[in-house]
Amino acid sequence: MNLTLKIWRQKDASDKGKIVDYQIGNVSPDMSFLEMLDVLNSELITKGDEPVAFDHDCREGICGSCSLYINGEAHGPDRLVTTCQLHMRKFKDGDTIFIEPWRAKAFPVIKDLIVDRTAFDRIQHAGGFISVNTSGNTQDANAIPIEKADADKAFDAATCIGCGACVASCKNSSAMLFVSAKVSQFALLPQGQVEATDRVLNMVNQMDEEGFGNCTNTGACEVECPKGISLENIARMNREFLTAALKG
Amino acid sequence: MSGILNSSIGRKFAMALSALFLMFFLLQHFAINILSVFSPDAFNEASHFMGTFWAVQYVLQPVLIFGVIFHFVMGFVLEIKNNKARQVSYAKNNGSANSTWMSRNMIWSGLVILAFIVLHFIDFWIPELTVKYIDGDMTGLLANGGYRYYEELTHKFVNPLRVGAYVVAFVLLALHLLHGFNSAFQSVGANNKYTEGLKGFSKIYAIGVPLGFIFIALFHHFNH
Repeated sequence: MNLTLKIWRQKDASDKGKIVDYQIGNVSPDMSFLEMLDVLNSELITKGDEPVAFDHDCREGICGSCSLYINGEAHGPDRLVTTCQLHMRKFKDGDTIFIEPWRAKAFPVIKDLIVDRTAFDRIQHAGGFISVNTSGNTQDANAIPIEKADADKAFDAATCIGCGACVASCKNSSAMLFVSAKVSQFALLPQGQVEATDRVLNMVNQMDEEGFGNCTNTGACEVECPKGISLENIARMNREFLTAALKG
Repeated sequence: MSGILNSSIGRKFAMALSALFLMFFLLQHFAINILSVFSPDAFNEASHFMGTFWAVQYVLQPVLIFGVIFHFVMGFVLEIKNNKARQVSYAKNNGSANSTWMSRNMIWSGLVILAFIVLHFIDFWIPELTVKYIDGDMTGLLANGGYRYYEELTHKFVNPLRVGAYVVAFVLLALHLLHGFNSAFQSVGANNKYTEGLKGFSKIYAIGVPLGFIFIALFHHFNH
């Protein structure tokens, strides 16, 4: 396939940045999207140009590193996949492909297609954990019976890889799908109950402080989430938050 | 408790509560208005009751006005905050791939509804307040002894431009409700086994009620 790529290039955080056009040929439909960018970068390096900077790590849809807003959608046009799992067979010969970084005030661009997602880390630090004494007498987690339905829902929430596609897709740059997944994975389990009130209040407070927008329930995040995190989690977080706020 | 409205979730919760209240009011308004199609007398009686009963006038009406103002002001506040959360737009954004037009354009449908409410207040509410509280006429009667409410209603729908404006506004209201009804339940945390059934009901409500208002306007326009 021969493709025209319109890629966001930005030297550093202070640079204004712009879309730059690239032509790329001999793209195999079996390549992953990132492999196609690898080929482009190899050509750029050969020519002495600066390669396109983009995040990637495991390349198997687990780490949450890869991002990219491709042709107007987070992780591209395919569903339930990350950019590293997106294949070039989803595009046609002669296509023009827009490749942009996640856009959100809370995710500032560092360089080209790489954004700073440490806002998610700070939200996690605010309460996305349980405190367990690990001095040697740790209770086996499986010793506490948990209803299958709750265990399944908690597991589903825990599959969130924190890639930020929810923020990128949301017209309001809301992080509520991410935060709600992190709240839900503990809210559904007995181990999470002890710190439940502080957890939801602190995580939502940190989310607001980071400058993410408000959820208006468009559902775009759920559609674009590579792990299929459900909007049900946001409703659960809303309940958890309101109950916690009323408790004080 | 005091911090609830300072949080993103608290603001959405308040927005949803005001929306649920307004949707209940809309249904009640429709129930009275549809009487005008079937029985002018029943419409007159209901209108007179609503216009003179103290609990409606001095308790529910101020709550309604507060609810309308709160819903619009909070809508603008949320829109401004949300716009600030993305300062650089995408060069290409395919919003229709993952969300409905209604959900992405609530502010625009809301603005049309706001314009309609201003027109509606000028048409009905301000004249009503003038008659009752400035002229001091609480009888609701015309010179011929009959109630004035049905006459006033049918008179308003003679002008085709006004009827056209009402039709456009109610189409936008339907679009607003098609997203807003379910969204309100999601915001208050109600997403459970009843959600699918609620979605079906919300479509009936969101299309049925505005369509009913359009029918009432057209009915009186073509029959008078």
